[in-house]
Amino acid sequence: MEKFTTHTGIGVPLRQSNVDTDQIIPAVYLKRITRTGFEDALFSAWRKDPAFILNQEPFNAGSVLVAGPDFGTGSSREHAVWALKDYGFKAVLSSRFADIFRGNSGKQGLLAAEVAQDDIELIWKVLENAPGTEVKVDLVSKTVECGNVVAPFEIDDYTRWRLLEGLDDIGLTLQHEEDITAYEATRPAFKPTTLPAKLS
Amino acid sequence: MAKTLAEKVWDAHVVRKGDGEGANAQPDLLFIDLHLVHEVTSPQAFEGLRLAGRQLRRPDLTIATEDHNTPTLAIDKPIADPTSRTQIETLRNNCKEFGVRLHSLGDAEQGIVHVVGPQLGLTQPGMTVVCGDSHTSTHGAFGALAMGIGTSEVEHVMATQTLSLKPFKTMAINVEGTLRPGVSAKDIILAVIAKIGTGGGQGYVLEYRGSAIRALSMEARMTICNMSIEAGARAGMVAPDQTTYDYMQGRPHAPQGADWDAAVEYWNTLRTDDDATFDAEVNLDADTLEPFVTWGTNPGQGVSLSENVPSPADFGDENAKAAAERALQYMGLEAGTPMKDIRVDTVFLGSCTNSRMEDLRAAADVIRGRTKDPAIRMLVVPGSARVRLEAEAEGLDKVFTDFGAEWRFAGCSMCLGMNPDQLEVGERCASTSNRNFEGRQGKGGRTHLVSPVVAAATAVRGTLSSPSDLEPVTEAAGQHVGAA
Repeated sequence: MEKFTTHTGIGVPLRQSNVDTDQIIPAVYLKRITRTGFEDALFSAWRKDPAFILNQEPFNAGSVLVAGPDFGTGSSREHAVWALKDYGFKAVLSSRFADIFRGNSGKQGLLAAEVAQDDIELIWKVLENAPGTEVKVDLVSKTVECGNVVAPFEIDDYTRWRLLEGLDDIGLTLQHEEDITAYEATRPAFKPTTLPAKLS
Repeated sequence: MAKTLAEKVWDAHVVRKGDGEGANAQPDLLFIDLHLVHEVTSPQAFEGLRLAGRQLRRPDLTIATEDHNTPTLAIDKPIADPTSRTQIETLRNNCKEFGVRLHSLGDAEQGIVHVVGPQLGLTQPGMTVVCGDSHTSTHGAFGALAMGIGTSEVEHVMATQTLSLKPFKTMAINVEGTLRPGVSAKDIILAVIAKIGTGGGQGYVLEYRGSAIRALSMEARMTICNMSIEAGARAGMVAPDQTTYDYMQGRPHAPQGADWDAAVEYWNTLRTDDDATFDAEVNLDADTLEPFVTWGTNPGQGVSLSENVPSPADFGDENAKAAAERALQYMGLEAGTPMKDIRVDTVFLGSCTNSRMEDLRAAADVIRGRTKDPAIRMLVVPGSARVRLEAEAEGLDKVFTDFGAEWRFAGCSMCLGMNPDQLEVGERCASTSNRNFEGRQGKGGRTHLVSPVVAAATAVRGTLSSPSDLEPVTEAAGQHVGAA
């Protein structure tokens, strides 16, 4: 995973709450077996509407999405994160993220920054009054800057550390393989295994 | 120290405690007892293993089935959609390469992953269960800690049989009282979500408690735990009890003999201690609960069936107001319209929420001896091939087909329309599934989430209805009584 320290890019105000992962990427795009190439799928239903924000210049070149509360609810599909990244987004700002979406973002190097809703409203106003304004997201200081707005954001320390260092999760865990093996040896005999298969 | 059920299961699976304390604590490494796999969220994870030269650590704790893409008609023919077919074939190849047990289309154990696990007895109390699917919360009905994960985590579990997780907070959902006839588990969970909102459970594991929960069957408990994610909670749980053990006993992978006794002894410890405290508590009165349905485009936008479509002005919060306005527009609804006046085009009985034997029986009991509204299309999609076989053995297929419904093969089907079962633009559906998101059941489709008996009654009347809205049927002749 690439290291993430700061990013500065055009902010995209998405004035909507409960942006679920079915909206971020509809199920029809989930049939692919690759991990890349999902940029066309991002918000595909909404992008058919010419008035949608990503169909407006300069927002179509945005890289920081500023959304309403409860972003990424619903399905666990990591494709939602892949689609945002493939389109060019580096960070999403919201006052509340769905747990699975936030976890998936952390695994893929997309910064999910939790910003208070009052600050989100201020940033929306800046971006709407001066389209093309850049948002600076600084993971070191845990702040976002947009125009005259400077706001703190929350992210858990472990995810922040992994993003700053660009660390691979599986590699980290496998450093503790002896612990896993030791645990496995204590597992009770009554717990099931899938193999050999038993059928009705 | 007194612990909640969720904390007990968590603590029993800690492979390695994260360093640090409190907010700065690193995640714990938890052992995963069962990893369920399906075709949609696994291909990139298998590919990741291959690219890194890693093995699947525990094929014996992994099981796969085909469900999201599978057709529900003509399953003996090749899958028509080439991308769906490729995804299924990729799963088959991956399972073969990595030694994973797979129940393919046509197999008697194939079906929706969350129906198959419990049915085989692989889901047991006190286990950790994960799957690349958010409705993995279903398995919490057994007192398991079960949660949906993303594809990176799927790969992590494949490689290590563990997950790095920060402890959750705990929330008690206390449901006391007795459900009235025609009111079911689905109504409980829809009412809970409407009460706490789609984000209300974020960061929590929910534990469903109280006399109304204890009185529910295992299948009803699965319906409730299934939709925990729609309240933002990654997992929902019910403490195991005699109902759980009766359901488990004799299933193919349930423990036997001395193992059974040892297991029950352990399972009996899986209750929240009397002096344990939850981080939050929510109460719901079962006595006064009515059939509950959604009017909007998220599962929290619901009301009692006897109420009217709400007005955006009813919502104090600006974001909720804007969301309601947008939802009414998408749904093509006027504020103030009685919910029971809403006419639907399609009724979908199925999904990991409501596709088990009890769901099919409850719906069949409503429609038996009645006639379907001729304008309605009704799809009945059993949750698994096994459910389909059992239902046919009871003659339920005949009840549905006599009524004019379509009796299909097992899979996720119209819950998310990855297969050909989709709504048309503008089409309105009463659906026993779990998500009423924009376009979820097909582009431009409109979804009302309902219980199986409301789905059935709606198919009779053509408008959203509960069984109590139907004219009585005489048992013997199947004739309508009363206003003949």
